[in-house]
Amino acid sequence: MNEKNGTILSVNDLKTYFQTEDGVVKAVDGITFELKRGETLGIVGESGSGKSVTNLSVMRLIPEPPGKIVNGDIIFDGVDVRKLSIEEVRKIRGKRMAMIFQDPMTSLNPYLKISTQLMEVTQLHLGHSKQQAYEHAVEMLRTVGIPAPENRIDNYPHEFSGGMRQRVMIAMALSCQPELLIADEPTTALDVTIQAQILELIKDLKKDLGTSVILITHDLGVVAGMTENIIVMYAGKVFESAPTKELFATPANPYTKGLLKSVPDPAHEEGKPLYQIPGLPPDVAHLPPGCPFAERCERAEDICEREFPPFVQINENHHSLCHFAKEVYAESINQGSTIS
Amino acid sequence: MTETNGKSLISLENLKVHFNLGGGGILDKLTGGSPVPRVVKAVDGVTFDIKAGETLGLVGESGCGKSTLGKALLRLTPITSGKVFYNGKDLANSSEKEMREQRKHLQMIFQDPYASLNPRMTVGNIIGEPIRTFGLSDGGSVERKVQDLMETVGMSRRFIKRYPHEFSGGQRQRIGIARALAVDPEFIVADEPISALDVSIQAQIMNLMEDLQTQKNLTYLFISHDLRAIRHVADRVAVMYLGKIVELAGAKDIYAEPLMPYTKALISAVPVPDPEIESKRERIILTGDVPSPINPPTGCRFHTRCPFAIEDCKRIEPELVEIKPKHYAACIRISPENPYIEENV
Repeated sequence: MNEKNGTILSVNDLKTYFQTEDGVVKAVDGITFELKRGETLGIVGESGSGKSVTNLSVMRLIPEPPGKIVNGDIIFDGVDVRKLSIEEVRKIRGKRMAMIFQDPMTSLNPYLKISTQLMEVTQLHLGHSKQQAYEHAVEMLRTVGIPAPENRIDNYPHEFSGGMRQRVMIAMALSCQPELLIADEPTTALDVTIQAQILELIKDLKKDLGTSVILITHDLGVVAGMTENIIVMYAGKVFESAPTKELFATPANPYTKGLLKSVPDPAHEEGKPLYQIPGLPPDVAHLPPGCPFAERCERAEDICEREFPPFVQINENHHSLCHFAKEVYAESINQGSTIS
Repeated sequence: MTETNGKSLISLENLKVHFNLGGGGILDKLTGGSPVPRVVKAVDGVTFDIKAGETLGLVGESGCGKSTLGKALLRLTPITSGKVFYNGKDLANSSEKEMREQRKHLQMIFQDPYASLNPRMTVGNIIGEPIRTFGLSDGGSVERKVQDLMETVGMSRRFIKRYPHEFSGGQRQRIGIARALAVDPEFIVADEPISALDVSIQAQIMNLMEDLQTQKNLTYLFISHDLRAIRHVADRVAVMYLGKIVELAGAKDIYAEPLMPYTKALISAVPVPDPEIESKRERIILTGDVPSPINPPTGCRFHTRCPFAIEDCKRIEPELVEIKPKHYAACIRISPENPYIEENV
């Protein structure tokens, strides 16, 4: 491990495009962010915003063709992942950076015992013998809270519930004590009570192992309690990036504001209709020349449809992609002070 | 939320839906199969009313039987025993023919807008099918009626010749709603209508459903695992656990003052989009998963996960009791005299 507060991952102007019959889809189009060691970064966005593709790019898991990382640096602990050969990437992936996927039903092999799937990781990356790997696998299952792991380890995935399968996925991802864990919608397929268990588990493991985490989700509630920083993505772009508290308290982008307002909030309702962002997320294959959110934005003016907005710096850690970022930010500050 | 006149549109009396998984036969005993019959008690004795014009929210974890209950209400799944009254008529004992007639008044909106629309039919045919089936075009053209419906749900009438795959999830859900509205129903079961949709689209669909309710005086059973959504749309909320209703109260009351330990845990599990609150709050984390509905736990079915369970909970099956005015809960550790479980410990 390097110095404690260094940067574990920095992504700079990443562009990942897909060649489709419909033309080039710019799934990720110039994403920049940084993750410090031991921190959790939330990536929030709706379907098609490019949040998963960003992280698949980091893991070098983009199917090529049709996809291709066309630009940018992905610096993981000082090394540009883009410049590594596939062999070299494999040595890092699963060992130093690992990923948990949304659907624990489809990401485990139904034909293999849990033990086989867990042992494979440490035999490959840590050179464990069969015996060592087996013992390690039992320990990992215990760590993620599977009761009586000795008895369960030789079960098949279908004998586990959804929440338990997600625990197995986490055990597998954490087997080699990775420095970076990417969790892509880890709780979306789970019940709220199980979601609470899994989030608590990720929090505890992060504390104990010092893992840095990227948490991808569409649920603003999930990132609120889990992350230090958040980036909000829309149409392949970072629309806003800020420390978590600041983003919720004083958003500087109309899209973020809309998302925050459209979550049913017990404190400010009573029979009022829910705030809704009009329209649909854009077709990423045919983006307008101006701001991709302009046609849904209640604040949009002529310039928004003509010109692509600048990425405005609000303060040291807070940026927003909007022609009126400063004004929106000022409004948020005023609204905040009138409520509290 | 609309005014309710207090009249019950739907009433369930001890409704049971059991699924037989086999077992218990001679062959099972010989071949080492299950010696006792294995029965999934998906819905196991549910009694409640839905008042005309209200939205009753039904929440619970996956596998608790909430979707089966919704389907049983419309007889889309066979009912094992019990009664379902619609406007005083018992649907559970109606013939298929009578039931078909009733489906004009009782409709359903499904969770998955990708799977619930026939990919080979145009939007016009999907929405028009119930109109033709029931002969409801009133002499006018079916197409005209379809176009009106499309406009009602916020879609352009130009799209009538398009196919489902040409639409986004939110748009498809609008088509599903238009299809349900085509027969001018009184009652709609909405089974997780927003779960498959993006956040910004969820709000649109919830608002649409509320507007339609006001316009057409609809009554909803709104099934969801999303407690935030339920809180927003429902007048009253029923909480279901392993085939039983464990708490039932006005939406405001149940969130402000849940009485059942299970309801408390469910509500506390929902993450709040506010980092200040999230950093301070203490969650009640339930241990373990929902037990299997095949041979569920004895006594109170929640006792295996309940932090307040005592020996008696394993034996005594609690009844739904009116603990506070119009606030029902099924727990032997609370009573109208001592409604708060923490104080009874």
